[in-house]
Amino acid sequence: MILTLAAKELKSLFGSPLAWSVLAVLQALLAYVFLGQLDAYLSLQPRLTALANPPGVTEMVAVPLFGVAALVLLMATPLLSMRLIAGERRDRTLTFLFSAPLSLTEIVLGKFLGLLAFLAAVAALPALMALSLYAGGALDFGLVLANLLGLLLLAAAFAALGLFFSSLTASPTLAGISSLGAFLGLWVVNMAVTDPNSALHTLSLLKHFESFNRGLVDSADIAYFLVFAALFLAFTVRRLDNQRLGG
Amino acid sequence: MSNPTLTAHNLVRRYGPHAAVDHVSFELHRGEVLGFLGPNGAGKSTTMQMLTGNLAPSGGSVRICGVDLREHPREAKARLGYLPETPPLYRDLTVDEFLILAAKLHRVGKGEIAAAVARAKERCGLKKVGRKLIGALSKGYRQRLGIAQAIVHNPEVVILDEPTVGLDPLQIREIRSLIRELGGEHSVILSTHILPEVESACDRVQIMNEGKLVFQDTLASLKEQAGSGGLEEVFVKLTLSEETAP
Repeated sequence: MILTLAAKELKSLFGSPLAWSVLAVLQALLAYVFLGQLDAYLSLQPRLTALANPPGVTEMVAVPLFGVAALVLLMATPLLSMRLIAGERRDRTLTFLFSAPLSLTEIVLGKFLGLLAFLAAVAALPALMALSLYAGGALDFGLVLANLLGLLLLAAAFAALGLFFSSLTASPTLAGISSLGAFLGLWVVNMAVTDPNSALHTLSLLKHFESFNRGLVDSADIAYFLVFAALFLAFTVRRLDNQRLGG
Repeated sequence: MSNPTLTAHNLVRRYGPHAAVDHVSFELHRGEVLGFLGPNGAGKSTTMQMLTGNLAPSGGSVRICGVDLREHPREAKARLGYLPETPPLYRDLTVDEFLILAAKLHRVGKGEIAAAVARAKERCGLKKVGRKLIGALSKGYRQRLGIAQAIVHNPEVVILDEPTVGLDPLQIREIRSLIRELGGEHSVILSTHILPEVESACDRVQIMNEGKLVFQDTLASLKEQAGSGGLEEVFVKLTLSEETAP
């Protein structure tokens, strides 16, 4: 049932010009960054070889690319998540799901997985570009995989929070802008903090993604993203249940 | 009569101090079409939302074929088909895709989906538009599709909330004969405020006013009692007298 719903969401996404536009715009943007980094690497390469332990092409090109991809994901997710529940509420189609023999958890998970599958396609864009470097030299696969994993976990966190904001309102635009605000807020929450042990670092999405970006797969970071996503999915279920109770 | 397919027992729905539905109890039997009448704001739609699990009642219980809706929502909802006031249709799917989705979500077996969808399309006159996008359908077809999604899983109880609103006379006639046909094997609750619709399609009628059930009878005995005035007379008497009372 969850997968049936997820497939439906994915189909609706790919059936709309929005999803394709998002993919096209992101690909253009990422390609620009990719080529820019590659260019910089090639011009620096003669000097790099003189160093004792020079940074490889993966570090110089792929890592910044994934960094940009994370930011791009932050911008794109609200556009895709905003209509998931708010749009159904506006079009009064939520009744269709509520009347079917489905639990609220199944509905929420179905929508979440549908969106996550799409975001995985978004995350595949930089990963494939990074892999294309393999054609011209050695590649640090561990670093690429760590980055991809980080990006996917980040996508899961964004999707869950976006879905939650979408469940709060009947206006997709409102859901979108609130999600964007929340994402950005969490992104920069540790910006002004000088104390390295501040709790705000623990809250910051960016901080946790940075470890993956450097190639560090830390179970604490993985747990952070998973708990984050699970928490907001649970909130979404609660919210829908309250709607049924409160009318 | 056989066991009831739907039992509502003392249903209450409060919004603050105001009771939109106030201790409503009734039964629905197999093969029966029940007309559900009432002026706007009488609580018909709220009652139907509670019967279908879209709204949690403040009190009372609903049983579908003996299965409690609150305790076993999954089993109960599988036996239920619901067309709300606004047909819940995804504009970006085609008619076929949507009906297949409805069948899957209502747990129609894998091998039976194609047959179930074909039958629902046949009954609702949707055969020609199977590959059309729902967003491109006319209002009449959307209404039919709304009914088709409610019956695709062959539920024992079908609940239709004002299914003929906004249709032309010809379409209304088709939908009414479809409802009569549905009444043969399913039990149907038909909410409306078009009195002739009840007279032409229903076996039994109940009238709701200000959250309370004020009248229940079979159409046959109603005709005997009231003579030529019929349903309209009863309806006006019951709903008007309460409004004008001091």
